[in-house]
Amino acid sequence: MTPIKCYPPKPPRVYLFGTCLVDLFFPEAGLDAMRLLEREGIAVDFPEDQTCCGQPAYTSGYQDEARAVAAAQLDLFPEPWPIVVPSGSCGGMLRHHYPKLFAGTPLEAKANELAGRVFELTEFLVHVCHLELEDRGAPETVAMHTSCSARREMGLAETGPALLAQLGRVTLVEQARAAECCGFGGTFAVRHPEVSAAMVEDKSRAIEAAGAERFVTSDCGCLMNIAGRLAHRDSEVEGEHIASYLWRRVGQ
Amino acid sequence: MSVEPPGVQTFTPQAFHRQAHDALGNPQIRANFRSAMDGLMGKRREAFADWELEALRELGASVRLRALAQLPDLLERLEANCQANGIRVHWAEDGEAACRLIRELCEARGAKAVIKGKSMVTEEMHLNAHLETAGIEALESDLGEYLVQLNDQTPSHIIMPAIHLNTDEIADVMHDKTGIPRTRDVDAMTAAARAQLRERFMAADVGITGVNFAVAETGTLCLVENEGNGRMTTTVPPVHIAVTGIEKVVEQLRDVAPLYALLTRSATGQHATTYLNMISGPRQAGEQDGPEEVHLVLVDNGRSAIYQDDELLDTLRCIRCGACMNHCPVYTRVGGHSYGTTYPGPIGSILMPHLMGLEATKDLPTASSLCGACGEVCPVKIPIPALLTRLRREAVGEGRGNVPGAGSKRTRTEAAAWKAWQWLATHPGAWRGAAGVAGKLGPLTPSKLGPWSDHRVAPKPARHSLHALIKRHRSATDEEGQS
Repeated sequence: MTPIKCYPPKPPRVYLFGTCLVDLFFPEAGLDAMRLLEREGIAVDFPEDQTCCGQPAYTSGYQDEARAVAAAQLDLFPEPWPIVVPSGSCGGMLRHHYPKLFAGTPLEAKANELAGRVFELTEFLVHVCHLELEDRGAPETVAMHTSCSARREMGLAETGPALLAQLGRVTLVEQARAAECCGFGGTFAVRHPEVSAAMVEDKSRAIEAAGAERFVTSDCGCLMNIAGRLAHRDSEVEGEHIASYLWRRVGQ
Repeated sequence: MSVEPPGVQTFTPQAFHRQAHDALGNPQIRANFRSAMDGLMGKRREAFADWELEALRELGASVRLRALAQLPDLLERLEANCQANGIRVHWAEDGEAACRLIRELCEARGAKAVIKGKSMVTEEMHLNAHLETAGIEALESDLGEYLVQLNDQTPSHIIMPAIHLNTDEIADVMHDKTGIPRTRDVDAMTAAARAQLRERFMAADVGITGVNFAVAETGTLCLVENEGNGRMTTTVPPVHIAVTGIEKVVEQLRDVAPLYALLTRSATGQHATTYLNMISGPRQAGEQDGPEEVHLVLVDNGRSAIYQDDELLDTLRCIRCGACMNHCPVYTRVGGHSYGTTYPGPIGSILMPHLMGLEATKDLPTASSLCGACGEVCPVKIPIPALLTRLRREAVGEGRGNVPGAGSKRTRTEAAAWKAWQWLATHPGAWRGAAGVAGKLGPLTPSKLGPWSDHRVAPKPARHSLHALIKRHRSATDEEGQS
């Protein structure tokens, strides 16, 4: 059972952990996450030496390599500020797996302390910022894909849809089998490409069948996978990270 | 070269990729599993609708944990209390020993015909084939197992062995193998199977079943079923042999209630099964039915090795409901046979490496996107994703080294690639440099990216990384602040 988390009041400052996929492939999503936070009057600190949370190696069994990379991140967030992560998957790694990864090592206490102040972006926007949105975009029908890590590991099935529900001109539709995995799974997509392809095909068809013109997600792994599939067969449905989508419709 | 009879397909975990490929390309298999799993997920959801599901799972997990915490003691108490009830108890270190033991029990009675209730542990040890070599015919009486046996196959699901077959395919099997007129009428086919089985129950020398829960406190063997074949198998033949893995023991009779409630709802979405047999010994003087002899065979077959590891031990909580496979997006697409193991799906992927070694089963722990659906529905809260990750560590030689075949998946190339990744991710300057180079090369990076781009557009590195964008954003806001 996901323990009930007591959320802090809105802080003056936070850290942003951008994640490697955002850094390399979807940097706008990271920047838009920062803008959304700054719009709430929160100063955002982006430690420049951050790289990757270590998850790809961790889930591939390469625990020693994952621990070395994770240890390098542990030093980057010395102040007791919340750490906001625009990904349920990397957020889950920091919050739930760092304590296990460092259990019994000298870094255990540090990892536990850090894990306790990690928030996924939509979680932070809803439960800490109590974000209020005024939609300035055009009418659109949208489906939300919540990543499995956000949904199950972080217990955040509601926060993404709750944000989208505030957008007055957006019609939120739910695709069939919404809780089913899109088939990304990090290195799973590489090790079992055919099974992964079958899963993403079903997911992308379900999003289309729901009548969505666009899907949004808060995880770039799912985004790369589902949008990559839709584009491969020239679908008109596009994907976008929820931070960019929200910023585009309410920000500026 | 051996020629297999037509219809017989051999599946192995080593060939997971090929078998999954075949299954993915078979629209019939895809449709059968998808509709069956959708149905089972829906039924489970409905069955738990009026329950405090989380509290019940918590209770189920604690019952199983309490049993495992005192496993050696409980097994001794089970043995003593079974013996006091007149049940003869036997121990088998592995599948081969169990097969031999059961064959000898059959031979001692001069048995030629065995009738079987559903038992995955006997599948695990290939008991039917073993008995056949001794001239003893074993007939499966669970309808699904019966169909699978007729069709020279193995079960594709631990609760619904013939779930890979649809009505038309079952009609073919019944017609081709039993000679009944071809019909799609499910009731007519069931009636035909029932009539055929009824004769075999009466003629069987020995009945063999599995066990769902073995109660240490009372020496009671619980058998959960829907068709009445379990009741027949355990009461009609003069000898009943119950076979179980050593982990199925529970401490007290009252532990059965929550586990039974969880099992039936998780497995088939039933509030109760048609039959719950509680077997507490052979026929007593003055009783009208029941077997003359009841035997319990306790099979280890790798379980006590799992028991030695305080993390892997959670694997043994399993009550074999099959909910993890019903909810697994991988199982749903590739079906049970693709795994090539007795237990398919998520539970198989965390159990079979112990039984067959990681070398043979190395593709199974990775055959999961770690989506967590299995762990979410497990009635006894086995942390399946965490155990899959643990076995991945073992497979590449970065675990505790106590699983057979540990390290066999490690290749020099992959280990070197992760080391290189580690170096880059622990040298932030180099990381930023590499991101910059990748961004500049963005348009030139390959649009073919192995199997990824067979089905998806390959991702292109962004022209400017987040690091670079934030730097620019900062200097812009700083200027704003100054002006």
